[in-house]
Amino acid sequence: MSFRRLGSIVLKELRQLRRDRLTFAMIVGIPTMQLVLFGYAINLDVRHLDAAVLDQAGTARSRELIAELAATEVLDLRHVAATDQEIGRLLREGRISAALVVPPDFEQRLERRNRPVLQIVVDGSEQVIQAAARQLAAFPVEGSAGWTRRTQPIEVVNFYNPERAAPINTVPGLVGVILTMTMVLFTAVALVRERERGNLEMLIATPVSPWELTTGKVLPFAAIGVVQVSVVLALGTWIFDVPIRGSLLDLYAASVVFIVASLSLGIFLSTLARSQFQAMQMSFFTFLPQILLSGFMFPYAGMPLAAQWLAEIFPLTHFLRLVRGIMLRGATLPELWPSLAALAAFIVVLLTIAVARVRKRLD
Amino acid sequence: MSSPANDAAPLVIRARGLTKRFGNLPAVAGVDLDVRRGEVFGFLGPNGSGKSTTIRMLCGLLLPTSGEIDVLGLQIPRDAEALKRRIGYMTQQFSLYQDLTVAENLAFLAAVHDVPRAAAKRRIAATLERYGLADRRNQLAGTLSGGQKQRLALAGTVLHEPDLLFLDEPTSAVDPQSRREFWDSLFELADRGTTLLVSTHYMDEAERCMRLAILDRGRIVADGTPQALMRDLPGQTLLVESTELRRAQQLLAAAPGVVALAQIGASLRVLATGGGDIAADFTARLRAAGIDAAVRRTAPNLEDVFVVATRRPEASAA
Repeated sequence: MSFRRLGSIVLKELRQLRRDRLTFAMIVGIPTMQLVLFGYAINLDVRHLDAAVLDQAGTARSRELIAELAATEVLDLRHVAATDQEIGRLLREGRISAALVVPPDFEQRLERRNRPVLQIVVDGSEQVIQAAARQLAAFPVEGSAGWTRRTQPIEVVNFYNPERAAPINTVPGLVGVILTMTMVLFTAVALVRERERGNLEMLIATPVSPWELTTGKVLPFAAIGVVQVSVVLALGTWIFDVPIRGSLLDLYAASVVFIVASLSLGIFLSTLARSQFQAMQMSFFTFLPQILLSGFMFPYAGMPLAAQWLAEIFPLTHFLRLVRGIMLRGATLPELWPSLAALAAFIVVLLTIAVARVRKRLD
Repeated sequence: MSSPANDAAPLVIRARGLTKRFGNLPAVAGVDLDVRRGEVFGFLGPNGSGKSTTIRMLCGLLLPTSGEIDVLGLQIPRDAEALKRRIGYMTQQFSLYQDLTVAENLAFLAAVHDVPRAAAKRRIAATLERYGLADRRNQLAGTLSGGQKQRLALAGTVLHEPDLLFLDEPTSAVDPQSRREFWDSLFELADRGTTLLVSTHYMDEAERCMRLAILDRGRIVADGTPQALMRDLPGQTLLVESTELRRAQQLLAAAPGVVALAQIGASLRVLATGGGDIAADFTARLRAAGIDAAVRRTAPNLEDVFVVATRRPEASAA
């Protein structure tokens, strides 16, 4: 491998990238846009949800509590229901997203402090609403000092989605999702574009080796990936207060390994595709299962065994373990070595296949 | 096969029985080729005759189905990588980067060909000057005109000073003026000892080659110097002048020995095989049909050679 040739390919890629405004805009645009879009879902500061109230106690104190909750403006108490069934119907029809239910024995419960005095029934099919309800549940009920951890004054009853995803998981996961999307897509079109534009025939008639060509195309995007990680982390901590409990160095190291894994996948796809359009289709084909099965959308532990095995193949699955471990649990890289090893194996296998497939011939 | 003058120069390309099949389709079928050092060797043939496929096999970009190739003393495809350092290949379509500038493209090509930095700088400046691109050095290649693109492609192909250049229909996208200038550059390179193999479907270009092979349906149907090919053309070329060219054409098309007919301006160019005074025979035939015509013999040109060679492959055996 000649470093001069490798360098000239990297330089060429960077020059082309600088002139490709759309791709250039995507480098910062995609992470920012995604973070803001997904960030809305993890935004805990939701206001003016349509809601109903069912006050079965009807005492002065129950009315007072309801008024206090209404004053937070999280819920708009538009409907006054008379029965449980009515609440259920309103939720089903989608006319309300939440309901406050005060049980008939509100006063006794308040005295004994053994059972919740108020239920917030929420439409759990929407993540935003769950988050809002949990926020409301933390509302201090008058004289709440005697409540224990086990018996909270306000109980959240989650309709339709008892398995609630922790919102804090979203931003670390988002680092992986954004990288998967951009890194695979950028490199998947890389070699095909050379072929489509006729450059490949010129290139393979030169002494450039498949390793030089492949790594030369991957390296500039690795740098771009690091920029994207920084954008997501900066916005994530700044806007959404996502903690980075582990070491920043570990986090970047894990990201770089994952970036190279995604790039390997991309360049591998690039050797399969016959056109840029095909390359994009293939990228999306790998993108969806990764998002769905990696544990970003649904908890890994909740998936059937077969799906779990399948998920083990995806680099995103392993990166999510790494990034959540480092950011949220403060784990160190050596502690997470199995995921790191899995990513390394993925890189070696995919890159080797890709290089073997870059033949310096037309047939 | 080749002109005596060139027989002393060593062989640069030697191919025997070169064959390439794509599936069941034979693109090249048993091509034998000898190209000597310093020659400007032409491949003349219609589209799909196997010119590009043959060139790609000689460069090591395509695997031959069968046959032997020896280029610059290297066994192809075995030594293809070693060969790539010593040849230049100008593709049919413009294959430099449209989104890089003229100078960036050349710098890139110099680097991938391992031209030392100092030499690269010097040669880039010199080639930009030689090919009239000095004032375009910072222009994006995609915004150049057809002729400029072609000169840039040639410049990029010769930066590493290859011994042998393959040019696949290099002038297909440029105007006649640029074509002439381009061919002047090719001879300049040949003068400095570079061997050139150029494919074309233009007769005037083919005529400028030192030696020529006419390809048709994957076979070489005629080869030699353009002069020898024209001189040795079997049969006669005749010009028919008449006021009733249409009728004359219909009539002569059925005459024995006629290989091809084409209207050129106000006259009819007829290629006919066979001995005797064909002109007199034609005049008699036309007069019998009541057509008043003047028929005279003319010197065959390369197009006649091409028409005979590609219409009746057996004629090449003569």
